[in-house]
Amino acid sequence: MTALAAPPAAPEKDGPPQTPPPGRRVRRGGAGRTMKAGWLSYVILGVALLISAFPFYWTIVAASRSNADMAKVPPSLLPGPNLIKNFEQVLDEADIGKALLNSLIVSGSITIGTVLCCTLAGFAFAKLRFKGRNALLTLTIGTMMIPPQLGVIPLFMLIAELQWVNQLQAVILPGLVSAFGVFFMRQYLVQSLPDELIEAARVDGASTARIFWSIVIPIARPGMAVLGMLTFMTAWNDFFWPIIALSSQEPTVQVALRQLGGGYVNDQSVIMAGTLLGTLPVLLVFGLLGRQIVGGIMQGAVKG
Amino acid sequence: MSLTATAKAGPRSPAGPGPGPDDGRAAALRRTWRKASPYAYIAPFFTLFLAFGLFPLLYTAFVSLYRVELQTSGEMEWRGIANYTALFTDEFFWTSLRNTFTIGVLSTVPQLAMALGLAHLLNYKLRGRTFVRTAILLPYATSVAAATLVFAQLFGKDFGLINYALGLVGFDPVDWQTGTVASQIAVSSIVIWRWTGYNALIYLAGMQSIPHELYEAAEMDGASRWRQFVHVTLPGLRPTIVFTVIISTIGATQLFGEPLLFEGSISGGISHQYQTLGLYMYEQGWGFFHLGRAAAIAWVMFVLIVVLVGANALLVRRRARKEAGR
Repeated sequence: MTALAAPPAAPEKDGPPQTPPPGRRVRRGGAGRTMKAGWLSYVILGVALLISAFPFYWTIVAASRSNADMAKVPPSLLPGPNLIKNFEQVLDEADIGKALLNSLIVSGSITIGTVLCCTLAGFAFAKLRFKGRNALLTLTIGTMMIPPQLGVIPLFMLIAELQWVNQLQAVILPGLVSAFGVFFMRQYLVQSLPDELIEAARVDGASTARIFWSIVIPIARPGMAVLGMLTFMTAWNDFFWPIIALSSQEPTVQVALRQLGGGYVNDQSVIMAGTLLGTLPVLLVFGLLGRQIVGGIMQGAVKG
Repeated sequence: MSLTATAKAGPRSPAGPGPGPDDGRAAALRRTWRKASPYAYIAPFFTLFLAFGLFPLLYTAFVSLYRVELQTSGEMEWRGIANYTALFTDEFFWTSLRNTFTIGVLSTVPQLAMALGLAHLLNYKLRGRTFVRTAILLPYATSVAAATLVFAQLFGKDFGLINYALGLVGFDPVDWQTGTVASQIAVSSIVIWRWTGYNALIYLAGMQSIPHELYEAAEMDGASRWRQFVHVTLPGLRPTIVFTVIISTIGATQLFGEPLLFEGSISGGISHQYQTLGLYMYEQGWGFFHLGRAAAIAWVMFVLIVVLVGANALLVRRRARKEAGR
């Protein structure tokens, strides 16, 4: 909170931008760094991991069985043979294929757009001087505290006016606005882009656009990647706005899942198969880039 | 776009075309552009932000004073505070307000407590640290929709795995869908499952920025691990804790997907037993087509958040002052 409230915050005390690789840091970290975890810690963490992972496992189990299997009284805890058949049925009944494609289009555009818009704005807020900078930044960050539901009704009236209901741009365009993204990129660039570099380029006669293209972008790339992943996950998983702006004719995966769950299909294993399909892409992203996502979240956290 | 236009025009006048050679004019022009160009960098964001972020936010208050129906959202009829009075005389508003509060407490308190404990463990020297951190964040990667559908299945009354497991240890099956307390616990558990790991990582980041020397000093004073946790970790973590409390409060106030999908009903169960304010707003707006009424609910939610966040901040500040006085 304190970091949020005060724009010229001092996360810089964290030392030079990218100190050592995230694996080991020197003289940072509380008691833990010196203390080894006892066996009890491992047990508790093991249980916690089991609880986090079990619903995923269960989705696979349920998605690979038949509906009759799901109603057996000692439930079977192992995957069955029906996975492909259930997948086929979901694609058939709920048109998950189209939903997956729509989700990909929506999340992809939102990710590219947000990263670009937020890097531009973040750079301006971090390194350029202009009138009203602090006021605009405070305004932007201030809205992070306001829930999106507050604006949803006029937003709906707006897209109804534009006749965008049921069209993908109704979800894409509002998604490009991310106050968090601006804040994130600003923090990143304040820390990792030295002023001297910009001044040196200025002396060499480079325009701001040139500086942005050949200095800021390369330095900002890791931050942009983290913001991109977080944005993609959020956009893929977004539920509230898509179910208002879209319908069953042009659904994203989350909208399609709602139809599955809302009695559209009454077969538990088919519902679970759809859930699995809708979750796989984001799990794939997470599996490949989980480390960076963890790093991004910890980086964005407020430190004492 | 208007932002850039005015910005470009603005600073040009004070610079003024000085009487000088052509070279000077070019330099002045460049200087002017340098002053104006920052606005070009924030323009794409702010254009969208004004249209799709800020304008709707402010316009909601306005809409809440009108009668607006979904099918004819272009026609607005002045109602004054009638939307609000209608709200306050609707028993389901009060039910959803109460539910939002109880589900909020049921989900936030255990979630943050467990996250704190997990973060403490993760802060130890640990084998496979990166793996554990990543795995514990996994639930965060799923969507509300997917998580809720899976949990609804697990919480099934007759064939759900949870009732089966309860049966193994000698409990009667619980009706997780129709019981008020049971259904609220079930809905809360989805929230807890998805967000505990996320909060644990936030706490871990906070813990790692607590200076090591404080622990060394505490150890020299003979403080046990527990006392170190209470007297060094917790105070050092205060800003982070405040941050998570506020974020979770906001999240709990707008809870929507979990109660909607838990059973697929828009009214949050047969007797509205787990309908939250967010769902109530959706029901009014997109179930019954009363957009004006829904806007009033949105506004009530906002006031609620401001009050809750304010109360939290006040509480923390008072505690901090008390401790400083000691």
